[in-house]
Order: sequence, then C-alpha cells, then structure tokens
Amino acid sequence: MKVGVVTFPGSLDDRDAARAVRECGGEAVPLWHGDADLKGVDAVILPGGFSYGDYLRCGAIARFAPVMDALVPAAQGGLPVLGICNGFQVLTESHLLPGALIRNDHRKFNCVDQRLVVENASTAWTSDFEAGQEITIVLKNGEGGFVADEKTLDVLEGEGRVVFRYVPDADGRNPNGSYRHIAGITNERGNVVGLMPHPEHAVEAGYGPSLDGRGFFTSIIKQTLESAATA
Amino acid sequence: MGSIVVDVMLKPEILDPQGQAVAGALPRLGFDGFTDVRQGKRFVLTVDGDVTDEHLAAAREAAEKLLSNPVIEDVVAVHVLDEQAAAAEGSGEAEDGEQ
Repeated sequence: MKVGVVTFPGSLDDRDAARAVRECGGEAVPLWHGDADLKGVDAVILPGGFSYGDYLRCGAIARFAPVMDALVPAAQGGLPVLGICNGFQVLTESHLLPGALIRNDHRKFNCVDQRLVVENASTAWTSDFEAGQEITIVLKNGEGGFVADEKTLDVLEGEGRVVFRYVPDADGRNPNGSYRHIAGITNERGNVVGLMPHPEHAVEAGYGPSLDGRGFFTSIIKQTLESAATA
Repeated sequence: MGSIVVDVMLKPEILDPQGQAVAGALPRLGFDGFTDVRQGKRFVLTVDGDVTDEHLAAAREAAEKLLSNPVIEDVVAVHVLDEQAAAAEGSGEAEDGEQ
C-alpha cells in the first residue's frame, strides 16, 4: 500500500503527512513537483504549506508543476487524492474540486484545535468515520475561507459532497468565513477530497489534540487493500 | 520593447479582506470620503519589439489560464501599455523622446 506525498517548493507538512501514512500502516513514497511521475502509488497526498510562496494565488503556480500533469488525469480516472490546506488550494486551482479558498474574513492567521463534523463518511478518505461524527484536528491557515457561487454550493450540498463542516462558535461563526461552514469537499466520484484542517497533525499520542486524524489514513489504506483484493 | 497590461479584480460578490483592511486604514489618515475599497492585481507582460495581435491573444489566454482564477476573479482589461501616456500620468507632465 503506497501513498505518494508531493513536495512542492514551499511545502511544509510533507514529512508529517508521510509520517502519518507510516504511523497508520502504509508506505509513504516521496513525489517531487518537478517529475511527472507518480511512481506507481495507490493514492496521493498534496500536503500543507506555502507552495511557491503563495505568490499569485495560493496553489496557482503549483497547479502547473510537472507532477500535476500526471496527477490531474490520474485523479480524474479515480486515483484517490487528498489535499490538505495548501493541497486543497492546489486542488481547487486545478479544478479537480469546485470553489476557491480566499483570505480569512477576519484577516488573522488561524492556529487552533478545530472541531469538525464528518458529513460524508463514504469517500475514499473518510470511510473509517461515521456520518455525523465530531472530530478535533488542527486548523492553521491564513487563506482558508471556502467560497463558491450559490449554485455550486447547492450542488455540493445536494450531492452530499460536503465532507466536513466546521462546528461554529457561540456566535455562529466559523474560523475563516467559509460559506455554509464548509471545511472540506469531495468530487463527484468521492476519490478526491480537499480540506483546510490538518489530519496529519493528529495521529500520534502526545502530539496534537487527538488521534482523530488517523481515520483519514486508515480509510485509504483499507480501501486500497480492498480494491486490490477484488481486482 | 512593448508591454501588455492585464488587470484582474475579484468578482464583486467575493469578499475582499485586503480591500477592507485598506478601507479601514484610510479614515485614520483623514481620507474619509471613500465608502469602499476593492484591491486588484496588475500584470505587465513585456515582449521583444512591438506588441502584435498574437502577443495580445497569448496575453488574453494567459490571463484566463494563470493570471486569474475564473471562480473568484474577472480579467477586467488586457491592453497595450502606452509608455508615453504612462510616463505623463506618472510624472504629472508630458515627457517626450525617451524610450
């Protein structure tokens, strides 16, 4: 079970993501932004960070890196892909996921233990959760406000493609101004998932707010083993 | 040496936190007549020789593909930079001859 983790110039959480894969029983394979080669992996993680310094727009330049020339068609063909934080921004810039991430409405950088509700537990990356389950993982971003036009938001809701929602605070606000409290979404097929919070920082006792992040990695490992068994 | 200007703005319905920050700072400097600020981006693309129609077409394509994100932004202008007009505008007086 091989999970590729892409490193772009400015990626920060690639090593944490690779470590999380290993902690949960998978093999992590480093992938390089400059190589259009997925090295035969079973799934790919686009990690958090500030690829290309967030220049132009977050994820806009990474989207045209050579590795994306291989990844975009593979994802469209069903390869499981998880975009975390900057990785989510790369997925929206690539149009693998709809909408966009803009600067937090309050203009401050977030760094908090964030409660989320799992809305969709049937994607490639969330099958080890239960719909309605509440999890707490780290949220750290400056540009995490999820926006899309009303029609797109309605389609996402109608098709069950909102995967995670922020638990709003007492004033009914979420941490970055995301429309409809959306923290993470998936594509029609359910193989591509993007979210702003960081599951890879919540997989090991003593580090992070919980072990809730493990479910992302155990889900994908289990699903890949199952699809290998039935292939 | 010619240049093409590409102007990109956030769509009107998209929140502009940077513009709001600027709008909040203006009254502190005594500029209290502005009711809103929207911040955009200007790209200046330079070519060898004069700007051709092909250059302009390529600039329009680049504007849609990379310079803007059509989900949240509009390309509001793609035009040839008029160096002399820009210089006159910048200095507040007409300048002649210099390239």
